[in-house]
Amino acid sequence: MTINSVSVRDLSLSFGAVTVLETLNLDVKDGEFLVLLGSSGCGKSTLLNCIAGLLDVSEGQIFIKDKNVTWEEPKDRGIGMVFQSYALYPQMTVEGNLSFGLKVAKLPQAEIDKRVARASEILQIQPLLKRKPSELSGGQRQRVAIGRALVRDVDVFLFDEPLSNLDAKLRSELRVEIKRLHQSLKNTMIYVTHDQIEALTLADRIAVMKSGVIQQLADPMTIYNMPENLFVAGFIGSPSMNFFRGEIKDKGGRKVIEINGVDFAMDAYPARGPMEAGRKVVLGVRPEHVKVDEPGEEIHDAIVDIEEPMGADNLLWLKLAGQTISVRIAGARRYAPGRAVKLSFDMSMASVFDAVTENRV
Amino acid sequence: MAEVVTLNNPSAKAGTVTKLAAGPKGKKPRPMLSPRNIMIYGALIFAAAYYLLPLYVMVVTSLKGMPEVRLGNIFSPPLEITFEPWVKAWSSACTGLNCDGLSRGFWNSVRITIPSTIVSIAIASINGYALANWRFKGADLFFTILIVGAFIPYQVMIYPIVIVLREMGLYGSLTGLIIVHSIFGMPILTLLFRNYFSSLPEELFKAARVDGAGFWTIYFKIMLPMSLPIFVVAMILQITGIWNDFLLGVVFTRPEYYPMTVQLNNIVNSVQGVKEYNVNMAATILTGAVPLIVYFVSGRLFVRGIAAGAVKG
Ligand SMILES: Nc1ncnc2c1ncn2[C@@H]1O[C@H](COP(=O)(O)OP(=O)(O)OP(=O)(O)O)[C@@H](O)[C@H]1O
Ligand SMILES: [Mg+2]
Repeated sequence: MTINSVSVRDLSLSFGAVTVLETLNLDVKDGEFLVLLGSSGCGKSTLLNCIAGLLDVSEGQIFIKDKNVTWEEPKDRGIGMVFQSYALYPQMTVEGNLSFGLKVAKLPQAEIDKRVARASEILQIQPLLKRKPSELSGGQRQRVAIGRALVRDVDVFLFDEPLSNLDAKLRSELRVEIKRLHQSLKNTMIYVTHDQIEALTLADRIAVMKSGVIQQLADPMTIYNMPENLFVAGFIGSPSMNFFRGEIKDKGGRKVIEINGVDFAMDAYPARGPMEAGRKVVLGVRPEHVKVDEPGEEIHDAIVDIEEPMGADNLLWLKLAGQTISVRIAGARRYAPGRAVKLSFDMSMASVFDAVTENRV
Repeated sequence: MAEVVTLNNPSAKAGTVTKLAAGPKGKKPRPMLSPRNIMIYGALIFAAAYYLLPLYVMVVTSLKGMPEVRLGNIFSPPLEITFEPWVKAWSSACTGLNCDGLSRGFWNSVRITIPSTIVSIAIASINGYALANWRFKGADLFFTILIVGAFIPYQVMIYPIVIVLREMGLYGSLTGLIIVHSIFGMPILTLLFRNYFSSLPEELFKAARVDGAGFWTIYFKIMLPMSLPIFVVAMILQITGIWNDFLLGVVFTRPEYYPMTVQLNNIVNSVQGVKEYNVNMAATILTGAVPLIVYFVSGRLFVRGIAAGAVKG
């Protein structure tokens, strides 16, 4: 089964003079969990609403299960949707909320009962069926909202930041539940979020968006380790990647990046193309790819500025080559501020971006 | 517990406890007759009396016989309570041509107010819903035109409407007046409903669309049940507005269809015979009773609806 579940072709959408999406293309595979990740206002919800049919596209086409649904009503697209604000009908009971769409579709009562029973069993909301949404907690409400998509028996689920109204603990609980749901149902899910943890933990593939353009579409590990451009590199990861502006130089046959007079050897970096000397670049290194006081090929001296113990990890902020750099080490290793340390970089895990195009080198 | 106290230097502990117990404790006492209270309650009582006094005069006068009214002590309570003036005002006071009291006007007003209220609210709520949720082409233009309509003085439109109704053969009929009332209520009611529906979460509407509900299903099943307060507000606005209307009633109907307000005017201002102040007072109270009752019955819902519209709108 390699058919695409959802395909977006050259999609453009503008509100009056404001263009939110421009010739966007996206293919979601059958049964895939795709996360749309981006900062606020970048057009994630807009894209999702276009796929759902809640917004008329200005240009382009949308296919669901290889059927052109560009002009179809939301109900005819075979999608279920879960919203950030839950959007439960306040005057109806949980059961009423679950069965509303089925009643509108004039399904036989027996079938309605069957589907409501199944959905409420999967989501463990049977005891709540007779309650009104106002009598539920946030987590329970969101479960009911998921149930409302579930009873529709559709191939594609659309989630618009379903967890962002919940507190941290509930969020991680429901996150696991959504993942479990996807594993058991195996249907296609498109999930919008601005939370990178959610994206990394849930996704089969992540589409990182910025002002209406998909910057990179890849599996979480590729996104994390080999970001396609500076935006993706800076957006993913907490604390974010360390960036150093510098210039590529040829020193004794070795490629190095010179940053404020300090040389960083780039032999281990898996470059995509030639690294011409004189090119202005940005070197990106994640906090966990810097080793502190461990043997390495190239040692740089640095001074500990601030220490942030976080339990399992210990985060050090150091001064190096005139810049601040964050380094993640094991929580048990403590360093007092002011202490001199020796750093070595794992350049095989680093990223180098062109300073002008901001794309990966 | 006692042991713990003993362990922790008992003498010091006991000392603090007595000192603490002596200090202020619990609810802070507020004397009833503080200057602050006197100011607040005094002002409130004064304002209430100021507004209630005319009503008091009306009620006591309406309960007096004519001889007692002539004495001129308008504030004195009736020596001898009589309901004669009320009966007369309702059923036999003369209004120009006929002498069957306000009852005819009352029923006319009922026949005008109820259909006008229902028709105007039904149409305006659908307008507001369409404007708020179904951003159709030209919606903004339509809305602007409607709002401009709210600022055009009535008087400017009266003559053109008279001609239109005459051409339609509805001039002078109750139907004509009902249409006029419904149209005049449209701008403000549409605005009211549009703002209210816009304040409801948009995702609810989207969820209903994903669930397959169409224009009418969403309106009746989702929007209406959530909108009781605003419907009450609209109802009160319309009932009181239409019931109290004088100008449109006198312009657009024939004497046999005159609403209560017009008849009240005719009773109070009739030139023949002596001025029966007690009957006039009773007639006035009777005419004002309907809006008054509406306010009393639905006041709480009214406030809730206004607040909902104001805060979220
Ligand atoms: N109805 C509208 N009219 C005009 N502009 C709109 C409308 N809806 C959204 N926009 C604009 O489109 C852009 C994208 O909005 P969208 O809701 O898709 O962002 P988002 O990525 O979902 O953000 P968030 O994470 O805050 O939900 C925003 O800049 C927003 O201002
Ligand atoms: Mg959004």
